[in-house]
Amino acid sequence: MSTPPSSLAPPILEVRDLAVSFATDQGIVQAVDGVSFDLRAGEILAVVGESGCGKSVTAMTLLGLTRSPNARFAGTATYKGTELIGASDAQLQRIRGEEIAMIFQDPMASLNPVMRIGDQIVEQIQAHEDLPDERAHERAVELLQRVGIPRAKQRAGSYPHEFSGGMRQRVMIALALSCDPSVLIADEPTTALDVTVQAQILQRFRELRDETNAALILVTHDLGVVADVADNVAVMYAGRIVEQGTLDDVFYDPQHPYTWGLLGAITRIDRPRRTRLPTIPGLPPSLANRPQGCHLRPRCPHEHEHCLQSPPLVARVPGEDGHLDRCWLEPERKRRLRELEPGEIGLRPKDVSPTKPTRDAA
Amino acid sequence: MARFVARRLLAMVAVLFAISVITFTIFNVIPNGDPAYRLAGKSPTPDTIRQIRHTWGFDKPVPVQYLKTMEKIFGGSLVSYSQNLNVDDQIVQGIPRTLSLAIGAGVIWMFFAIALGLFTAVRAGRSADRLMTALAMVGVSMPVFWIGALMTYYLGFKAGLFPNGGYVPITKNPIQWAYHLIMPWTALSILFIGVYSRVLRGNLLDTMSEDYVRTARAKGISERRILLRHVLRNSLIPIVTLFGLDFGAVVGGGAILTEKVFDLQGVGQYAAESIAQLDVPPVLAVTMFGAFFIVLLNTVVDIVYAALDPRIRLS
Amino acid sequence: MAIDPAAELPSGLDVEEIVALARRDGDKPITGVAPSRLALRRLRRNRGALAFGALFVLLVAMCLAAPLYAKHVAHTDAYENHLTETIKLHGKVTDVVSDSGVAIGPTWHGRFLLGADESGRDIAVRLLYGGRTSLEIGFAAAAITILLGIVFGILAGYLGGWVDMVISRVMDVIWPFPTVLLGVALGTALAVGGLKIGPLEVSGSSLLIPILIIGVIPSPYMARPLRGQVLALREKEFVEAARAQGLGPLRIMFSEILPNLSSTIIVFAPLMVANAILLEAGLSYLGAGVQAPTPSWGTMISVGVDHMVTGPHQAIVPGAMLVLTVLALNIFGDGVRDAFDPRAKVRTVK
Repeated sequence: MSTPPSSLAPPILEVRDLAVSFATDQGIVQAVDGVSFDLRAGEILAVVGESGCGKSVTAMTLLGLTRSPNARFAGTATYKGTELIGASDAQLQRIRGEEIAMIFQDPMASLNPVMRIGDQIVEQIQAHEDLPDERAHERAVELLQRVGIPRAKQRAGSYPHEFSGGMRQRVMIALALSCDPSVLIADEPTTALDVTVQAQILQRFRELRDETNAALILVTHDLGVVADVADNVAVMYAGRIVEQGTLDDVFYDPQHPYTWGLLGAITRIDRPRRTRLPTIPGLPPSLANRPQGCHLRPRCPHEHEHCLQSPPLVARVPGEDGHLDRCWLEPERKRRLRELEPGEIGLRPKDVSPTKPTRDAA
Repeated sequence: MARFVARRLLAMVAVLFAISVITFTIFNVIPNGDPAYRLAGKSPTPDTIRQIRHTWGFDKPVPVQYLKTMEKIFGGSLVSYSQNLNVDDQIVQGIPRTLSLAIGAGVIWMFFAIALGLFTAVRAGRSADRLMTALAMVGVSMPVFWIGALMTYYLGFKAGLFPNGGYVPITKNPIQWAYHLIMPWTALSILFIGVYSRVLRGNLLDTMSEDYVRTARAKGISERRILLRHVLRNSLIPIVTLFGLDFGAVVGGGAILTEKVFDLQGVGQYAAESIAQLDVPPVLAVTMFGAFFIVLLNTVVDIVYAALDPRIRLS
Repeated sequence: MAIDPAAELPSGLDVEEIVALARRDGDKPITGVAPSRLALRRLRRNRGALAFGALFVLLVAMCLAAPLYAKHVAHTDAYENHLTETIKLHGKVTDVVSDSGVAIGPTWHGRFLLGADESGRDIAVRLLYGGRTSLEIGFAAAAITILLGIVFGILAGYLGGWVDMVISRVMDVIWPFPTVLLGVALGTALAVGGLKIGPLEVSGSSLLIPILIIGVIPSPYMARPLRGQVLALREKEFVEAARAQGLGPLRIMFSEILPNLSSTIIVFAPLMVANAILLEAGLSYLGAGVQAPTPSWGTMISVGVDHMVTGPHQAIVPGAMLVLTVLALNIFGDGVRDAFDPRAKVRTVK
């Protein structure tokens, strides 16, 4: 699974140097800064990072959902030849739901509480297709069946608060699928759900990809979810992609110290159980006031002469052309660092550890 | 549902009881308020006073007086001190006038409040919003009887555009009915349009940042449909409560100032005039009448609320 | 990129979320700005609200200067009638009040600048003195409303139980009841009989009566939101801590909880004053507010409304002054509310 199913096909979505900023009372928030990626049909791309790293803003910007008088955009996002960032409202309206559909994090808040769920699906179908009410309603029931809602015919007449969390998320998925979109964007789709339901939902995503060959952008902070379904992974930190590659590249040969930190923070059943899970010390920087150069610098125990300059996102590992990262350290040195402490590559803030480990200077 | 109605009925009785006791007390504990002296006319003899006290029952203890008065209100035999007129008849005469005022004004104020609320919310922060918001503020800042007096003078008396005073029953001539009421409707509506459009604007702006509105937008439906089907629909729910209370208050005679300045001779004006003469029986009856409508409309509001918002259960 | 302060951020990405992104800072200690400072900063940016606030201050100053104006410009007082006097206008001698009872309109002279009323009194002088009355009632009544609101809101919210039951039920009864109807009933009754509380006797024409009525009736509008806030505050850690320290309920209520209600109280205050001024006018119109001959904007408008045909200026002048004052307060109050809680729902008081 080191290459996505159709890596030779032309991408259906090309994002280049996407930047989004918001003006707020607290200053200008650079939420997304120079994000680029390609998405091909049938591909599952995971965008990973802590909350506040800009991953949700990236996802929503693709559909123009972050437009506001206080927002500024730069860069391009081209979907099958149509530019999304500068698209007119009419163009966007056609693409939303029909070509690119979105699944949101909190299905309770994301469904209109006073509309029957059947009607909410019918509304989307009829926004894009000239179907009579009856046909659209039948289709809505079929969709609900397809995502695994029992007694779909009756349940279509229910209101969102009458469903459980997992069922509501299925409704959201049914809604997103109702016009057979080519791209699905799922923003933390399983965060609000318990683990068994989460597994079922992820299974649905895989099946749907196989059935429809739709591409999926999965925005999540949960590496377990990523390991389960993703083909490719982009790790975001402070508005930028810091590492990007196939699942195998990123999971088995992580190049960026931030990725090491993230990977160190997941439970591994193949390792002896530790009393405490390692966590990444410190907090992500304010997006209104990011550190100069490499944004991870204040939290990173490792040093390089160029750390004060912003590292470019380039392929640094020989033989892994698609594997990009934003760290000045030489791949060879990074490999050595990781071997010194297998499984324990956490991050340590400089000011927390009284003496700096000498091995870092090696 | 049956339990809900039963509980509401019980609450209504309690509220009516409380209100009637409060009103009765206000007018019975005031010094110099002895109605016998006022009923007796100029230079009464102690005998006349005693006589009046006896016929009206003022010599009985206050609780007994209260019970007697209540009995008469519900029996329809209560008469006022001042002209010995049957109070219930007077109220019944005022009802169509007050109801006409309430219904017409209610329609106008809701219509314009929704229009203005939508307009300002969609243009939030721009100069059109600032201008309309300022206008709404002016509306809330004007005493209704002042604007009413200006209207009767300039539009009615000077320009002769609308009739000053007078009431034509709707059954007689609906056009004349509306024509005679258009100024009171407008004057009363100005205040409510100001209040409601501001509340609605706030609700709309809050709803616009709800997650489900984002979902609706992501579905690819038109902005117009998002605004009407998702944003407005949900923002109107709290407005309904407000409307029920205010409409109930106007029907119950609460628009005293409007009724008086346009000389509508509705229930509210009857109350005001009776109060000015310290005529306790009509005041009591009107207050209870008003309270009845307010509680009734409150109950209706709760039922409508549950119908509008499926998450609410009546209990 | 300039901030458009009024523009909403995109839906789903709410202000708090974005601001939280901006605030989070890993390597620097959080240099938080106090919410009240932030509100003040926001208010300072709202020029419209500030302008109307200044207008209100100006109007208050004008009314305070009433004796100066009366003595040095108009050379009369608020009660002196000039029924039989004449005034020279454009070289013509005119009666202040004609034989048929028509009062003179605005002359733009020192005396009768804004005309006379039907008793031959100087309207401009009465307007300023009336303003003192109306503003006095406005401030005093609002103070009573706020005080009662605080006491009942905190008691009901903090103590709960039967105290809350009683206070809440009473508020439930008063809340939907038409303010004017209740006010006019109390006002008339008290105006006739005055008020006797123990040794304290208040005559029916005293200003204390409208002040009390206008202060007490709207108090549920203040108490209800405060009660809701106290209910939430009661569960907060700092209250727990105070309780653990052994502080008594009174101490906790008034020195721990009260300071946390200050922004709500500040937001309500200008609106309460505006409301009280409006209610004074309404009650005076119905004869249940300020009693003649004391001038107030309400009594002046009421007299003017009765003489609309012969001298509309008698109603227009005090009415315009009242609208200006209330409008200034409302717009300023709106700005204060926006500054303290940019996402607050408009909570209006009828």
